[in-house]
Amino acid sequence: MKKVEAIIRKSKFSSVKKALHEVGVNFFSYWDVTGLGNEKEGHVYRGVSYSTSDIQRRYLSIVVNDDFEEVTIKAILSAGSTGDVGDGKIFVSQVDEVYRIRTGEKGGNTLK
Amino acid sequence: MELLTINNVWMMICTALVFFMHTGFAFLEIGLTRQKNTINILFKNIFIITVGLLLYYMVGFNLMYPGDFNGFIGSIVPGISPPENGMTAEYADGGYTWWTDFLFQGMFAATAATIVSGAVAERMKIGAFMIFTVVYVGFIYPIAGSWQWGGGFLSSLTIGDAEGFYDFAGSTLVHSVGGWAALVAVYLLGARIGKFNNGTSQAIPGHNIPLATAGVLILWLGWFGFNGGSVLSANPEATSLTLVTTCLAAAAGGVVAMITSTILYKNLDLTMFLNGILGGLVGITAGADQMSPEDAILIGAIAGALIVFAVSLVDKIKLDDPVGAIAVHLICGVWGTLAVGLFGAKAGVDQFLVQLIGVLCYAVFCIATSFLIIFALKKTMGIRVSEREELEGLDAHEHQMDAYPDFRLNEH
Repeated sequence: MKKVEAIIRKSKFSSVKKALHEVGVNFFSYWDVTGLGNEKEGHVYRGVSYSTSDIQRRYLSIVVNDDFEEVTIKAILSAGSTGDVGDGKIFVSQVDEVYRIRTGEKGGNTLK
Repeated sequence: MELLTINNVWMMICTALVFFMHTGFAFLEIGLTRQKNTINILFKNIFIITVGLLLYYMVGFNLMYPGDFNGFIGSIVPGISPPENGMTAEYADGGYTWWTDFLFQGMFAATAATIVSGAVAERMKIGAFMIFTVVYVGFIYPIAGSWQWGGGFLSSLTIGDAEGFYDFAGSTLVHSVGGWAALVAVYLLGARIGKFNNGTSQAIPGHNIPLATAGVLILWLGWFGFNGGSVLSANPEATSLTLVTTCLAAAAGGVVAMITSTILYKNLDLTMFLNGILGGLVGITAGADQMSPEDAILIGAIAGALIVFAVSLVDKIKLDDPVGAIAVHLICGVWGTLAVGLFGAKAGVDQFLVQLIGVLCYAVFCIATSFLIIFALKKTMGIRVSEREELEGLDAHEHQMDAYPDFRLNEH
């Protein structure tokens, strides 16, 4: 099992969600995050220019069976991209075990 | 009697509108500052209107309208009691009753301290601010006001054709009285941490621009009472002309500030647009009943341009005024007062000189008194919160409260 984590633009969230549903990834967690990156957002306030270092993004955490890894990543890559700096990152890592709390069963079946 | 009733109803409506301006000031100030200081600013604004009104009852009204006096300072007579004819048409030419007179003027009194509140936001100790407010609203504002509205020496200052200083609704008596104190307070306090890094000005964006916008529109509405009520009766021609000049100047101030800041800074800055409206309002206040619509638009337009340059000038000389109070109330207050000598029915060299002398008298008196009060506070109890309190917010330390307990704090 793999954990696919992605930091994406908030504006791309709905298209990424739709793309994930289309490849059969139906449940995952997400939350709003603030981070630093290469992108600088230029602002002017009362005649003073400044750039915000706090970049608002959405963080997705998706745990899938190994055979879903590739389609999940492809879905995010294609649906989450604008081509500009600041589109975000995907991290993939190994997950040792998964339990379903309701029944106590474990393993890949719990992700279906 | 019917005319007195009609006049009095209008004056009470105006009193209510001026009261409502305190909501506008509060919204504008919290909107243009950071979330962590919201309770502190609201607390100051509520303190000003409550304590200010009681002070005006206790000493202010009699100090400001002492009747026959030496022209410089009236005597302290505690409490208020109406004269025998105070509720009849004999009083104030039947423009309003004596009770209305007190309350209308009382609503004005607190405004001067509210102006200071915005300028010293996010770093001044609340205790020191309260003491300053009591002295300034209780004594300095009414004494300064008595010079003109109380029949003091400025009201009879004559040069050539010009008979008396003219300040219709308080460009000087209210706005620059507050503005001079704001200037002194900001100078003695120093800038907020992070406002000037390596000698350059940094942006510290306000946390609620929608609230600031509501505040400015409420202030504009309040100005219908501030200027409209300063006619001191419901005189049809004078009140309606005053509202026309007031609104045209506000609109022109906003539009010119918007255009000027867009040309200078290449962005459509809503906060400058808003400050421009206030600049136009403060600018027209001294001569709102003396101007033609065209004069009003010109006065407002010049005020709007002044705002943008004044905000950047205040930044350049390393004074930190989070809400632009110095630019709006001091610079445009002075401009509006001088404009009475340049535009409208009273325009002329002599009137301009009288206006200039008036401006200078108030400058000297207000700078000197506010410096004495704030400097004394600085040397005794201190006027500035600790670095930690400032960074973590005055709400957390001075009040142990959160304005929005469910919201996350942004670090900027």
